[in-house]
Amino acid sequence: MNILVCVSKTPETTAKISFTGDNSEFNTDGVNFIMNPYDEWYALVRAVELKEQFGGEVTLLNVGPAANDAIIRKGLAIGADKAVRINAEPKSAMETAGHIANYAKDQEFDGIFFGKETIDYNGSEVGGMVAELVSLPFISYASKLEMESEDQATVTRDIEGGIEVLEVSTPFCLSAAKGLAEQKIPNMRGIMMAKRKPLDVVEPESVDQPVEVVRFRLPEEKGEVTLIDPENMDELVRLLHEEAKVI
Amino acid sequence: MSVLVYAEAHDGAFNKKAFEVVTYARKTADILGTECIAATVNANNPEKLGIYGAHKVVQLQSDSLEKFDTGSYTQALALAAEKVEADTVILQHSADGKSLIGRLAARWKCGSVSAVNQLPSHDGGFHVEKPVFSGKAFATYSISSDRRVLSLVGNSLPPEEMGDEQVNVETLDLEVDAPKVKVIKVDKVKGEIPLPEAELVVSAGRGMKGPENWGIIEELAETLGATTACSRPVADSDWRPHHEHVGQTGIAIRPNLYIAIGISGAIQHLAGVNNSDTIVVINKDPEAPFFKSADYGVVADLFDVVPRLNESLKKFKAS
Repeated sequence: MNILVCVSKTPETTAKISFTGDNSEFNTDGVNFIMNPYDEWYALVRAVELKEQFGGEVTLLNVGPAANDAIIRKGLAIGADKAVRINAEPKSAMETAGHIANYAKDQEFDGIFFGKETIDYNGSEVGGMVAELVSLPFISYASKLEMESEDQATVTRDIEGGIEVLEVSTPFCLSAAKGLAEQKIPNMRGIMMAKRKPLDVVEPESVDQPVEVVRFRLPEEKGEVTLIDPENMDELVRLLHEEAKVI
Repeated sequence: MSVLVYAEAHDGAFNKKAFEVVTYARKTADILGTECIAATVNANNPEKLGIYGAHKVVQLQSDSLEKFDTGSYTQALALAAEKVEADTVILQHSADGKSLIGRLAARWKCGSVSAVNQLPSHDGGFHVEKPVFSGKAFATYSISSDRRVLSLVGNSLPPEEMGDEQVNVETLDLEVDAPKVKVIKVDKVKGEIPLPEAELVVSAGRGMKGPENWGIIEELAETLGATTACSRPVADSDWRPHHEHVGQTGIAIRPNLYIAIGISGAIQHLAGVNNSDTIVVINKDPEAPFFKSADYGVVADLFDVVPRLNESLKKFKAS
């Protein structure tokens, strides 16, 4: 089974968020970057497990600059067989998807996996975009994926207040949610092997760029918390009713 | 040109999110100076969308739409939008809407912004803001293409009665390809409001000391008519089921009221809840970081104060 896993680079969850260039750019000073957790913990690990079950190859794909190679090597250490980096710095989900689709359309993958969203822009758009651009079925928010055979999958998808169980034949696109796999820490052997695995750098073709971020802002400072006397819960109820108007 | 809004019907019925997105779409149409047309699939009472602002309702009809599939639903919405000459499509940021937005935008190669929570502006371009970095900042997007697709997160604005049921409902028979994904089972938790839809949430953390102590939380939630949630360590220790876990790696919610009990407020937890309208924090540690994000705080032993809050609420409900 040949699987393409698309991974993104995101600031780590505790990163301080600030902006430069008159609030037009994310300030990367002092920010540590990681592989987007949904891409790494769930999409990549499940792809590696399926490769171990059926044979075949896992290809890791990232759209980004050379600075992303550290993250790509980590993905190879977790178990991807080879990696491709498309040397572009996309400004939108549509650009990212365009680059991925340009690469994937000429290859024969049985599955193209994504995380359900990145933890920076929280868009959950790229998976569906690629699916449309390469004309494949798309299942989002997969929390379980079982392959009965190399070409038939049963997928559990998270929906509001429950789950949906689906059947799909390969090839398909899928976005991964919590539960699809267990996070895997690369071991020393994996890290050593990753250094010898191929990482191809592909120069980008031109893609559509219909949308971009023009400005960022930080949330307004929350006013001081109103502390309530623990002996006077009637007062809290009154404030929730009369001031906050939520009950 | 017009605005087409997709209002989801589940088992034939609309929930509040469907009415919210129609109101949002109507206001967007007013901003753009155009009409708001609501599209729906397998709805029992499509005319209800007129109440919340749709000028017209189209019921999309095809055998391929019996069950949800991103491919067939994208195709149907695209065909409907082309038929009613809509250049702006607005979806709910739901499990289904999130799966459609990318496909639809890619089909049209147009700009899309997912999870918006503010109305767009249309002054020398189309701009719309959304929360980014898990709610730690906001970004304004500019869409330069002729078409555009947005998805609206729940609880961003209240549904408003802007019209009535005397609205023109038309059935659109569409030629849609058969779904490539087969839905074989749907399992929904019965009887309680799912967390992403809950307006009132009572959430508890490690301060509870063990699963056997959750009675006071459930009682408080029952009095309020709230849904229960928990922090990650609680779910990871199997004190509570995983579907209750809110936070960056769990469910992100934005209820009107979030009561956090015995939760210190780690940044990953805050990322999932800090879009809540009003936050109440109950913690015995006055240094708990959560107090910085709270509207109301009670510094006290939760085992003492939660039952008394429950009593006060019961008194309020009875009055």
